[in-house]
Amino acid sequence: MKPYMANSKYEPVIGLEIHVQLLTNTKLFCKCSTSFGAEPNSQVCPICLGMPGVLPVLNEKAIEFGIKLALATHCKIAPKSIFARKNYFYPDLPKGYQISQFENPLCQNGYIDIELDQTIKRVRLTRIHLEEDAGKSIHAEEFVNKNQTFVDLNRCGVPLLEIVSEPDIRSPHEAYLFLNKLKQLVQYLDICDGNMEEGSLRCDANISVRPENTTELGVKTELKNMNSFKGVERALEFEINRQINELNQGNKIEQVTLMWDDKANNAIPMRSKEMAHDYRYFPDPDLVPVLIKQSTIDEIRETLPELPDIKIKRFISDYNLPEYDANVLTEVKDIANYFDDVVKQTKDPKLTSNWIMSDVLRTLNEQKIKITEFPIEAFRLSELINLIKKQIINAKTGKSIFIEMLTNNESPSKIVSEKGLNQVSDESEISTMIDDVLNENNDEVVAYVAGKDKLFSFFVGQIMRRSKGRANPKLVNQILKQKLDSKR
Amino acid sequence: MNLLESSYSSIREHLIQNDIKCTDLVETCLAHISSHQDLNSFITVLNEHAYKKAKAVDDRLKQGKIKKLSGLIIAIKDNICIKNVKTTCASRILHNYISPYNATVIEKLEAEDAIILGKTNMDEFAMGSSNENSFFGNVKNPYQKDRVPGGSSGGSAVSVAANLTMAALGSDTGGSIRQPASFCGIVGLKPTYSRVSRFGLVAFASSLDQIGPLAKNVEDCGRILEVIAGYDSHDSTCSNIPVPSYVDSLHNNPEELSVGLPVEYFSDDLAPDIKDRIEDVIKFLKASGVHVKEISLPHTNYAIADYYIIATAEASSNLERYDGARYGYRNSSNSGLDEMYVNSRSQGFGDEVKRRIMLGTHVLSSGYYDAYYRKAQKVRALIKSDFDAAFTKCDCILTPTAPTSAFKIGEKVSNPLEMYLSDIYTVPANLAGIPAVSIPVGTDANKLPIGLQLMAKPFNESTLLNIAYFVEKNYKD
Repeated sequence: MKPYMANSKYEPVIGLEIHVQLLTNTKLFCKCSTSFGAEPNSQVCPICLGMPGVLPVLNEKAIEFGIKLALATHCKIAPKSIFARKNYFYPDLPKGYQISQFENPLCQNGYIDIELDQTIKRVRLTRIHLEEDAGKSIHAEEFVNKNQTFVDLNRCGVPLLEIVSEPDIRSPHEAYLFLNKLKQLVQYLDICDGNMEEGSLRCDANISVRPENTTELGVKTELKNMNSFKGVERALEFEINRQINELNQGNKIEQVTLMWDDKANNAIPMRSKEMAHDYRYFPDPDLVPVLIKQSTIDEIRETLPELPDIKIKRFISDYNLPEYDANVLTEVKDIANYFDDVVKQTKDPKLTSNWIMSDVLRTLNEQKIKITEFPIEAFRLSELINLIKKQIINAKTGKSIFIEMLTNNESPSKIVSEKGLNQVSDESEISTMIDDVLNENNDEVVAYVAGKDKLFSFFVGQIMRRSKGRANPKLVNQILKQKLDSKR
Repeated sequence: MNLLESSYSSIREHLIQNDIKCTDLVETCLAHISSHQDLNSFITVLNEHAYKKAKAVDDRLKQGKIKKLSGLIIAIKDNICIKNVKTTCASRILHNYISPYNATVIEKLEAEDAIILGKTNMDEFAMGSSNENSFFGNVKNPYQKDRVPGGSSGGSAVSVAANLTMAALGSDTGGSIRQPASFCGIVGLKPTYSRVSRFGLVAFASSLDQIGPLAKNVEDCGRILEVIAGYDSHDSTCSNIPVPSYVDSLHNNPEELSVGLPVEYFSDDLAPDIKDRIEDVIKFLKASGVHVKEISLPHTNYAIADYYIIATAEASSNLERYDGARYGYRNSSNSGLDEMYVNSRSQGFGDEVKRRIMLGTHVLSSGYYDAYYRKAQKVRALIKSDFDAAFTKCDCILTPTAPTSAFKIGEKVSNPLEMYLSDIYTVPANLAGIPAVSIPVGTDANKLPIGLQLMAKPFNESTLLNIAYFVEKNYKD
């Protein structure tokens, strides 16, 4: 429990503004590439450099991506939306204005549901609009002198969706859950890679506190420069505590913008001059209104993938999986797809879920790879699971074959037959092995008969070793028990 | 005979037959330019480029390869970008700026074998009506050198009028092609908004700017428009309506057409000489069987005020990119970023540009937006609907181009409002987005040219040029 929740009479009120960088191939208003990590200022042209006389031409793909997110967040899509200029001077903004949307944004009035203590909490979205990114100003790097600023304009003009939430969030943890849910959605929709550390998903927060059980909003501050989901949580906790402390000391909250410093765990107010912007928004006369037909929306709706909420429900109802499994398996779309593919051939959802949640996810974590880079294809894994199901191999052999498959991507059946790993399920063969083991360990048999039950697993281990792990464990257990019981 | 006194249309056949060589034309032009340097109509002369192109066109013509503008010598206003050539907008802030790309109109002219001669002087960033606001000095009217040529396309108008070039491109935001054409006794055409691509035209007011031709006669204007008009994927606001053959539509027979005379344009502000002359043309048209009727454009009085809100608002934003950071003039004597912005812009822009940036910044600022900018958009819609209503009654509207003929250099410099009023008859066509042309109809008592303005429905340049052509051919003063 966070300190401010435990002992204060204040309730935090939080609204988020999230920028997601879209995965279009080209920029929002020119044909320059958007790929990340290129040589500075190599992905630029007269248009994104704002040279005299150039004009913007809208990348329709960005509109399509915006509509996808709008549909996934239950927003109203404007039949007519317009681009506006947001005017301010900065070296990484070559035109002196950013093309954004102000009045008549692309989408309005949506929501995202988050799961909170077994209940569903709805966070409303005010709007989603499209805009171009600015370039990058580089100050604090080794190669930059104290009085210098370097500017990289590769990012300048990359399409962004700005998502603005209503102040419906009541704790840093809710903010974290909301961000995670949004990240999951944009990843499901393939419109953004959701990587906050690389800046492809950015989050600012508006935050105020008010006495519990009141409705009037307190004075809010704005938090910027948070570079990870956990950073957002930490920054919000810091700022809530700060505001409550101020109020408890009888001070007023000043409306300021704060820059979060994650290393120092501190938020520093920006100079008032830096905040005093009058952006002078007005409709961009170089661009015509964006007109969206219902038929276009319907066409895009057809292309939407199954979204997480619906997928979870299906995994629970169709596969009879526990809610926990359904949540874990659907967190990443490609993993859910992988699960679907494997289960299609194993027809055993729970066994498949166990394999993916343990062995597969562990491997992905250890090797830091995505499921799309995972060496074992879905049909190979289902083959392996089916070998276990049909008792051709036992689970333990299965694990070792799995590890072998990670490196050679062989068919598990082939590995089994080449190495003679078939499970021994012949009762007389197993019976002979048991007899041999019991004869060789007479002392332990005597001790067991005398009541030392723990030794049962010792015998099982010896038998499995003798069979090189191939003996059917169920049969071993069953026959061993019979034989020992008859000695008691 | 001075070949450059003739129009392109009248010597085109000789060029095709190789009786006249493009290289000779270019040489003559270059000689004229150097002997008329006092007019100050050029900022950059492209001697080598023009001569090389002329040679290539001569060769192609010899091989029978005829293009739409083969051998047309044309000068370009210095706010239209030509690759690897200085594009200064007659401003200190861009005095050394070299464009890395061609405007769409330049690509089109080059492809049709026009020969680009150079870049013409203008009011800084196309802001002005007298060509007195140029970092490169004012331009003189060839009729009387103590008079202004009009503006902002003053250099283009003078270069055509003084036979330094056959034709020129200008840009018209509130009259910047038509008013100087009127002051210099030539033809100037502002096309329908969106008819010609603005890609590569350095923006003044994006919702009003249009590129258009200035030439010796109506036919030349039609020929040039036919080449520069049309869809361009680089300009979202550019129309994809097909471009007709304007030259083919010059019938010399306007009898089927009706002409409207807006009462608001014939008020007391109009100089008596000009009023008389326009009325004489009206009499002539009536006598020629043209239907002439009085109409009303009731919101005309608000046009100048409306224009100076919309144009300056857009300009304040369009000119933000000139900050000294990437190209153009930079004052780097101070180390701070804010100081660099302030000093570069304070020293890089002239007074009129700064006046308009401040005006535009004000009308867009928070707390004033609704009272000024939003209201101005509503007024603009009313002005547009005036024209829509008028064009249900007539095919074409006839007015004077300007309330006076060319005024004296320095006469209005200290009175910006009076200067702004010299665009009173031209601004409404920009606000409404309709095409308009100015043609010369004789001179006043001071022997200064008088311009007649014709306006038509959007994309009805053919109608406009047809009536203009009829007047040009048949009206004698």
